[in-house]
Amino acid sequence: MDRVEDILKIGGKNIKNRLFIGTGKFSAYELMKRVLEESDVDVTTVALRRVDNEAASENILDYIPKKCILVPNTSGARNADEAVRIARLSRAAGCGNWVKIEVIQDNKYLLPDNSETLKATEILAKEGFVVLPYMSPDLSMARRLVDAGAAAVMPLGSPIGSNRGFRTKELVEILVSEIKIPVIVDAGLGTPSSACECMETGCAAVLVNTAIAIAQDPVAMAKSFSDAVGAGRLAYNAGMPQSTKDAKASSPLTGFLRNE
Amino acid sequence: MSFYEIYSRYKDTDNAFGLVSSRDVERALAARNPDISHFMALLSPEAERHLEEMALKSREMTLRYFGKTIQLYTPLYLSNYCENRCVYCGFSAANRIERRRLTPAEVENEARAIASTGLQHILVLTGESRTMSPISYIKECVKVLAEYFSSISIEIYALSESEYAGLVLEGVDGLTIYQEAYDEEVYKNIHPAGPKSDYAFRLAAPARGAGSGMRNVNIGVLLGLDEWRREAFWLGLHAKYLQDMFPGVEIGASLPRMRPHEGAFTVPHKVDDKVMVQIITALRIFLPRIGISMSTREDAKFRENLIGIGLTRISAGSSTYVGGHSACLHDSKNLPQFEISDKRSVAEIMAMLEQKGYQPVLKDWLHI
Repeated sequence: MDRVEDILKIGGKNIKNRLFIGTGKFSAYELMKRVLEESDVDVTTVALRRVDNEAASENILDYIPKKCILVPNTSGARNADEAVRIARLSRAAGCGNWVKIEVIQDNKYLLPDNSETLKATEILAKEGFVVLPYMSPDLSMARRLVDAGAAAVMPLGSPIGSNRGFRTKELVEILVSEIKIPVIVDAGLGTPSSACECMETGCAAVLVNTAIAIAQDPVAMAKSFSDAVGAGRLAYNAGMPQSTKDAKASSPLTGFLRNE
Repeated sequence: MSFYEIYSRYKDTDNAFGLVSSRDVERALAARNPDISHFMALLSPEAERHLEEMALKSREMTLRYFGKTIQLYTPLYLSNYCENRCVYCGFSAANRIERRRLTPAEVENEARAIASTGLQHILVLTGESRTMSPISYIKECVKVLAEYFSSISIEIYALSESEYAGLVLEGVDGLTIYQEAYDEEVYKNIHPAGPKSDYAFRLAAPARGAGSGMRNVNIGVLLGLDEWRREAFWLGLHAKYLQDMFPGVEIGASLPRMRPHEGAFTVPHKVDDKVMVQIITALRIFLPRIGISMSTREDAKFRENLIGIGLTRISAGSSTYVGGHSACLHDSKNLPQFEISDKRSVAEIMAMLEQKGYQPVLKDWLHI
């Protein structure tokens, strides 16, 4: 497949770069802007709680490149009601109609609350939002999110900030094969190779923040992630051969069939 | 289960710190999910020889969970009327200082002065007097402040859960309340009179706040009042208890050290900088996702050094005088609760953070 034509479509928009970047942990807005520009990303997420349109000093939104699709997130929401209110405030503040739903009731592991996420998705999709819910990978829940009108599902790779990589692979693989909307791995990817692995598995995109923001050279790390994501996608499209740990020299169980 | 039961279970731990071996500390440093025994090992005398390794681990965990950011806030003193006689405090009823309470108009002046620095997170403080600074007065002030700030925390006298819930409805989202000293005997000696002398009511206040709908609950010990190892240990246990009981609430910890103030109180247990580093790093390793804040009690250089190690919130442009931000009430009779050390402005603190490679976060919440 021609890589140039391999476009991801969400909410009626074309997305070329399948690396999405989160913005919460950078040391400076100027650096964040350079990362977004030089890695040529198309999608970025910003916590609405950090946005200050009346800021005396700096407003994070001024540092988001014009070409980027802005996905405000509901970080800080503890239930569906709070997520819905944050999303509405976001749209009223001129941040567009995309929203990444984060509902977290657990400050120890920062794991999402799937049932509250579903409720918020139902409400916001009906109100015309392009809804991207952050979730724990669960097939039944993913199906319900599709029915509720989610534009994509965002299962975690491992807990936020843990840098433990694609630990939920077995479950995400099932989502990829069963769910007809894009599956975007969000959180926990500490290395470009783990992002590549997600893409090889057939995920539509990945979202990374911590591993890029706290790298010694965030610009170079973002480019590396971008390349890894592109390489993984290319491999997926090329048709990944099935792997096996054992050599298969003969057929001990069915060999007799050929010996006749 | 109440925290008092947990405190009672781990009350007599002084000898245990001395039994910790170097191997125990290494195990604590290697643990993926450190438990209470690991936390104890990190606070032990033996751990002092592992301070650099602890700092490295603490730094790495802080970066992973909080990134290269530091949240800024400032205290706003509404009133210094107080019925307590806390032996360590400048606002003690025993001290003959001029008492003041800001009018709503004066609160607005303070709010304007603070908001002009760009700060969006504010910590409202009062002394303990249900007659001079009743909840109705605090609500009135919160209404004024809600127009200027995106996050309002309170550090006032201990309330009931329904009283906390009433303040949440007015727009308060955070509670700061320090036990000061967890040791019951020590607590009673330093709080000889006034409502604050009720140890149990104070100890259960953070849980009442967490149950009332507060988004953030910040606890602390006043270092210097008691032997530090056990106080830091109980503080960590308390934070863990709150995190386990109220997973939806962001838990934070503070470690204020005694500072000079009005009154003649000698600090019984001096705590040096090395100890501060040991406590902060042990707390971070034990509870990776709690907020750790440090006020301007500490000097500029020390705070700067700790930013890369474990802190997530610092105060800036502080004044511990009633009405100190707008300067209109600043005179020789109006005395502070304690002397601050880092007297830099918000702009100077922001410049320092940027120079150290950290993003100053002025706004991290919104009224919803």
